[in-house]
Order: sequence, then structure tokens, then C-alpha cells
Amino acid sequence: MNTKRYLIVCRRPPYGESYAREALDVALAAAAFEQSVALLFLGDGVAQLLTTQESAAIDEKSLEKQLGALPLYDVNEIYVDAAALRERGFTASDLSLPARVLEYETITALLQRADIVLNF
Amino acid sequence: MTTFALMVLGAPTSSQTPHTALAFARAAVQAGHRIVRIFFFHDGVQCGNQLLIPPAGQQPMSAQWSEFAQRNQIDLVVCVASALKRGVLDHSEAQRYDKAANLQSGFDLSGLGQWIEACALADRVVTFGA
Repeated sequence: MNTKRYLIVCRRPPYGESYAREALDVALAAAAFEQSVALLFLGDGVAQLLTTQESAAIDEKSLEKQLGALPLYDVNEIYVDAAALRERGFTASDLSLPARVLEYETITALLQRADIVLNF
Repeated sequence: MTTFALMVLGAPTSSQTPHTALAFARAAVQAGHRIVRIFFFHDGVQCGNQLLIPPAGQQPMSAQWSEFAQRNQIDLVVCVASALKRGVLDHSEAQRYDKAANLQSGFDLSGLGQWIEACALADRVVTFGA
């Protein structure tokens, strides 16, 4: 199988709809087939990475824990929109995975480098 | 000629997405391009649900996809994990869970590996919805 560079763009909050979880399924499947995978968290999607998720209160499994599987699949390129963090009053230290915080210009370059951009 | 892989994420009951995707697929084929596979993910799996009854005067989405795919020999794959959660079952899953099957003929239930393979084969990947 050809190897392609995937960029999975996560724009949705971690709970309330199932996009976040299904985006993660795609990321892990691509990694399992030895594709190059990066994740970019934009907008409300940055909340997926917060360490303060108390998902048991709404009878959900913790997305933060599931995202923890990414490094086990050798997915280590995690990018976060700096503006989205600022607007919501978060900093990189609130995040559960070692993520690179990027400004708009760098995000554009990242999108251009990818062969396949999947938006969730 | 370009080879495409398409992903559909919206359900025909709540989203324009499947219609847009079908119009795109028809136009692509008409223009001489090839579609490797159409993958139905997330709520898009409802495109394969033959139990959905559209308002009078509209043809069911599942039948439209199935007819289009058969005529042009295009693979329609419904993500099995997304489908089971949403009650879209083929015969073997229906048997396993002791339920009735409702997957339109012409669609196959399979895993995300089918999508990754389609992406590997395609020049262009287009997603509809989300």
C-alpha cells in the first residue's frame, strides 16, 4: 500500500456528538496501516485534549484516555491551534498529549503538506 | 482522468450531504473520472439503510446509491463500527445479534481498512459532511 500523509482535523467538542471519537478511529486505522498520521485540533476541538474531562458524570468513556492510544500507534504529530487555546483561556499545560501549538501561518503550511486532509 | 475516493458523513434524514455527494459522484463519472470506492462513515451509514421512507415523490437514498454504483461498478462500503451503533445491519450481523437485516443490496459492511486502502489508491480524497 502507498504511504500517504494524513492530516486529521478535529474541530468538534469531545462530547455531545460522536465526531471526535470517530475521527480518532480513522487516525488509529490509518496508523495501523502504516500511514503517516498527524492530528490538528482547531476551534472547539482543542477541548478534546483537556486533562480535566469528567466524562463519567455523563456516562461517557473518557476521550482523553482514548487519545492516549495515539502514541502507542506511533502517532506523535499532534498540533493545536494557538488562537483557539487563547480564545478559550487554555494553555499547552492544560493538554493531555504533548502537542505543538501553532499560529495560523504554520497551520496553513501543515495543511499544504498533507496528501489527505480529513475534517471531523 | 483522476481517481477519487469519497467519504460520506451525513445521514439523508438530517443532512444535504448524501445528495451533494451523489451529485458529485455522478458528475465525476460523467466527466470520465474513476471512483475507487465510496465509504459511508459516521451518520453517513444511514445511506445504506433501506428502511428509511423518504417524503412522497422522493426516491430513497439507499436505492439511488445502489443503482448508481451498480451501473458504474463502484464499491459502496459502509463502516461496520459506525453501522452497528446506528442499527444498520447486513445479513451476517443481523444473524449474530438476532435482529433483522436492513442494509440495501449493493452496499457492503466492512472496516476502516477499506477506506485507508481506497485513499492509498486514489489521486484525490473528498469528504462530504462534518
